[in-house]
Amino acid sequence: MNQFNYLHPASTDQAVSSASSDGSKFIAGGTTLVDLMKLYVENPSTLVDVNDLPLAQVESLPNGGLRVGAMVRNSDLAFHPTVKEKYAVLSEALLSGASPQLRNMATTGGNLLQRTRCPYFRDVTAGPCNKRNPGTGCSAIDGFNRTMAILGTSDHCIATHPSDMDVAMTALEALIFIEGPKGKRSVPINDFYKLPGDTPHIENVLEPGELITHVEIPPAISTKQHYLKLRDRASYEFALASAAVVARVEGGHIHSVRIAMGGVGTRPWRAHEAEAVLTGKPATPAHFQAAAEAALRGAKPHTENAFKVELAKRCVIRALKVATA
Amino acid sequence: MAERPTLRDDQQLLDLEPLSPSDNSVTDDASSIPSNLGRVSRRTFLSGLGATGLMVSAGTFALAEEESGTPPAQENPSISRSTTINGKSYDLTGLDPRVTLLDLLRERIYFTGTKKGCDHGQCGACTVHVNGRRVNSCLTLAIMTAGKEVTTIEGLGQPGNLHPMQAAFVEHDGYQCGYCTSGQIMSAVALLKEPIGTTDEDIKQAMAGNICRCGAYPNILAAVKQVRGNASA
Repeated sequence: MNQFNYLHPASTDQAVSSASSDGSKFIAGGTTLVDLMKLYVENPSTLVDVNDLPLAQVESLPNGGLRVGAMVRNSDLAFHPTVKEKYAVLSEALLSGASPQLRNMATTGGNLLQRTRCPYFRDVTAGPCNKRNPGTGCSAIDGFNRTMAILGTSDHCIATHPSDMDVAMTALEALIFIEGPKGKRSVPINDFYKLPGDTPHIENVLEPGELITHVEIPPAISTKQHYLKLRDRASYEFALASAAVVARVEGGHIHSVRIAMGGVGTRPWRAHEAEAVLTGKPATPAHFQAAAEAALRGAKPHTENAFKVELAKRCVIRALKVATA
Repeated sequence: MAERPTLRDDQQLLDLEPLSPSDNSVTDDASSIPSNLGRVSRRTFLSGLGATGLMVSAGTFALAEEESGTPPAQENPSISRSTTINGKSYDLTGLDPRVTLLDLLRERIYFTGTKKGCDHGQCGACTVHVNGRRVNSCLTLAIMTAGKEVTTIEGLGQPGNLHPMQAAFVEHDGYQCGYCTSGQIMSAVALLKEPIGTTDEDIKQAMAGNICRCGAYPNILAAVKQVRGNASA
């Protein structure tokens, strides 16, 4: 990996001011960043270590929600009693991702910024990549694209967003809190990620020097929740398709529902169309099927990943079935 | 002043060149030995040679920093710059921040029980404990373990005084080639304290971060089950 300057600030203010220069990156768990630095995909001139910032608390909020510090490790969040009781979809999503070792390292803030597993992005010798080198082209569109996205793609990038946690956070409508050189702000997770468009290297709304400090998860609409992840092997693998469902069922009817998909989108994919189809309808297989059709209506498969359209539909259907049972 | 890294009796401290930017490949033991030493294995070399004719340095960790020419890092003076590995303190002052915990262990202080498999967090061979929790040492920058306690397979047990999990792996033949074994054992010991379920499937999922190419999984499972059973009995 290339040389970098290592800073270890003691406060969030210091961290933000340290990281506002060009080429600076925050480092938390390092599970994505160190990996990509070894591959020369990430070449920061300065690493700002945020591990000792006081951002590792999980706290219940007066409104019944949960505040999760950016430095809370994935394993701690997954096994937190409140998360298991009220946000099972989040616990399931976290435990389906990576490995126990990586979950001990990976953080809440870091996972929100997880980078794609697109092989062309990860391999600097593999040819052009607009996300890695803007303007050079996309090798995946006519190349190996079995694992690539079918929703939210553009002519410039079809890289899949790899996270499980972020899919559950999307279904739970989390609010992301940010601190930066210009002050503090919060962004709903559904407004946090950008579609690739013609600038796939810009993946979210963070400005230079901005640090995710914590996430607030509002009270869930129901404890009927499920995260289903489908992949090439049963563990330690990224999703080909996944679905996070939170469903409030009253008298056999869907009162309200939140559905998000992973493994198929260029960002964590909120399926508003599917939710609209289901709202007020009986919780039956026929309506689940209609919802899944709506969720994938805009899908644009490429040469090797057309199977994902059907897989994602079945994933949504089964997740709805389990969540509403 | 900083304390020198502590070595075992059979170890010598070498100045190793930092990896060049063009060399990000996995290195084997022989290739990381300085070229003037030829292709002897490290263990032969370490046990068979004294310090004569070799450069044995006190300030090893400072070497890369001097060469790098990077500006001094802004530091929080309250933050420790030493790490504890298997109960002994090692000074990290001057350590090139690119050095991973795995490479510090293997290449700088010669705890070679921890193995380098994929070097990208995909195989688990490099699993060690940091503050009692299992992590991938290949994705952990050594500098980021300052103030923490690292335990490797060498710190778990020794011949004649094995950790119960090490003994169970021997008893159940939980390996074939042995390359993944230290990582498997470090994971297995860590999971004893983790809130996982009691079924075989729970254990398999909890061990999923450690790949065994030889396919010793059933025997590994048997070893873990035995120790968990004894622990809860």
